Amino acid sequence: MASIVVNQVSKSFGKKEVLKKISLTVEPGQIYGLIGPSGSGKTTLVKIIVGMDQASEGTVQVLDTTVPNLSLLQNIGYMAQADALYTDLTGKENLAFFASLFKLSKNEQKKRIAYAADLVNLTPDLKKRVEAYSGGMKRRLSLAVALIQDPQVLILDEPTVGIDPELRLSIWQELYRLKDEGKTILVTTHVMDEAEKCDRLAMVRDGVILTSGTPAELKEQFGITSLEEVFLKAGGKMG
Amino acid sequence: MRTLALIKRIFFQMIRDKRALALMMVAPLLILTLLHYLFTGDSANPRIGVVNADSQIVKQLKNKDIIVKQYNEVTNTKKTLKNDDLDGFLEFQDNDIKLTLKNEDPSSTKALQMKIQQSIAAETAKKQVSNLTHFMGNIKSKLPNLPFTMETVNAPKVSTSYIYGSKDTTFFDILGPILVGYFVFFFVFLISGIALLKERTTGTLDRLIATPIQRRSIVFGYLLGYGLFAVIQTVIVVFYAVKILDIMLVGSLWNVIIINLVLALVALSLGILLSAFANSEFQMMQFIPIVIIPQAFFAGILPVDGMAGWLQVIAKCMPMYYGGNALQDIMYKGLGLRDISSDLLILLGFALVFIVLNIFVLKKYRKI
Ligand SMILES: Nc1ncnc2c1ncn2[C@@H]1O[C@H](COP(=O)(O)OP(=O)(O)OP(=O)(O)O)[C@@H](O)[C@H]1O
Ligand SMILES: [Mg+2]
Repeated sequence: MASIVVNQVSKSFGKKEVLKKISLTVEPGQIYGLIGPSGSGKTTLVKIIVGMDQASEGTVQVLDTTVPNLSLLQNIGYMAQADALYTDLTGKENLAFFASLFKLSKNEQKKRIAYAADLVNLTPDLKKRVEAYSGGMKRRLSLAVALIQDPQVLILDEPTVGIDPELRLSIWQELYRLKDEGKTILVTTHVMDEAEKCDRLAMVRDGVILTSGTPAELKEQFGITSLEEVFLKAGGKMG
Repeated sequence: MRTLALIKRIFFQMIRDKRALALMMVAPLLILTLLHYLFTGDSANPRIGVVNADSQIVKQLKNKDIIVKQYNEVTNTKKTLKNDDLDGFLEFQDNDIKLTLKNEDPSSTKALQMKIQQSIAAETAKKQVSNLTHFMGNIKSKLPNLPFTMETVNAPKVSTSYIYGSKDTTFFDILGPILVGYFVFFFVFLISGIALLKERTTGTLDRLIATPIQRRSIVFGYLLGYGLFAVIQTVIVVFYAVKILDIMLVGSLWNVIIINLVLALVALSLGILLSAFANSEFQMMQFIPIVIIPQAFFAGILPVDGMAGWLQVIAKCMPMYYGGNALQDIMYKGLGLRDISSDLLILLGFALVFIVLNIFVLKKYRKI
């Protein structure tokens, strides 16, 4: 049974139609990548999937539950494109606050905080206030917050922007491990070598899914060897 | 449980924000102190100059705390007034009296004019009495056989008593209770409104909405989290006003605190609500002239009963109208909880409406 089912979703802001009849399906244990130029509607789509925004038309189902649903959010880990952290609190206080919003026992909370902080290499900086963090550190903390309740579905909006290659690698290793546990992961990205690591990709442009498939299928479809070219070609086709 | 998490977080954020804390706790005290001294300071004794005055009148004037400076003659009254820093000038010419007043401040001038007129009238009356007695004596000596007595009329003595306050009541005694409530209202509004605004603009509210927290838990978390500080502020302000500034408090201190806490609750829910309609701190400030300042006009500093009908309708829409009224009832008039219960209920009604609206407005962020 599919983890995420997006069915004919359209979204307009006023007169402007940002998403046009988008449909996609993500299976459990899959890493699904959304690629597309800036302003194509990736963030808008992701927010609708989480239930933070309402689709103008169409339906979304996550884990067989129609979005929006409050208890479903217990099982969705969301990382926003812009860091949304309490900068006057320490890293640990941020994690502890978000952890306490989920159904976790005190003991589990502690364990999850330690696990998430360790995963993003922030353990030594947990006692610092977030306002003293670098951009990459904030990004990592946001990722840790997304993982805090050990969710079944992870929705990450450009998770690795501003994170150095070494840490990026270790984060991807962790995403693979989570995938092996049967978790569902939806990421948006601009970075093509990351797109390469996804099981499936959807290319979004102007609110439409131009094409989707495995990275290899996409390359084959366009008769080229690098995804970068797919990105440019697909973009060019519309332009 | 989630509400508790929110309260805890707000508590940590607040105690780290020393500026906001100081604004909330210390600023009302500073303003109250300043106003207290502005309104209760003794006004300087008025100074007047006199020419040709009879010594009795001068005595009368001096009895009324007027500083009298005597001149033999004056050519330019205006110049003398200015040069000798006098508030008025009194010239006696035969039977006419000419009074020149500087009138820098109309209300103290009125008071001075009244005192001078009283002195002159009293002196005139005295003269009349002595003239009359003299005249009667004359007649009596001329017609010794006439049975004749004269009754003297003693001026009736007016003894004044006050239902509220005393003869020493100052304007600040009426103003004080209103100010205490007003500052609690104002600062709670400001701090809570800006705090939730910050949560909105930094995207953390969006992030919060992506967790399974209920909308009403968010509203209650905010109310209680900032409410905690509002309680502390209220207690500090009330104690300071009553114990240190010695603002008149006839009724119970607890009732004063209850009223202020209810006012703080209204301010809190209103601040959070209005912050939804602001996109920046500056836009939040724009609500102050629209929402906060008019409350001062209708809080009882100016008598609402004397206002035009439509103004009275506006007054009844303002929480501070009820707050000011209740505070005056307790602090100045010394009434009890029962007399202010309707004011309190209406204030609680305001808070309830604002809280419900808040939960509703959050729908903008998440439908469920
Ligand atoms: N709240 C909003 N009101 C009006 N328009 C919006 C709103 N949010 C997004 N848009 C518009 O929707 C379009 C898609 O925005 P979106 O943020 O989804 O793009 P994106 O693909 O995530 O871009 P990027 O890669 O730069 O993050 C843009 O044209 C944007 O202007
Ligand atoms: Mg985006």
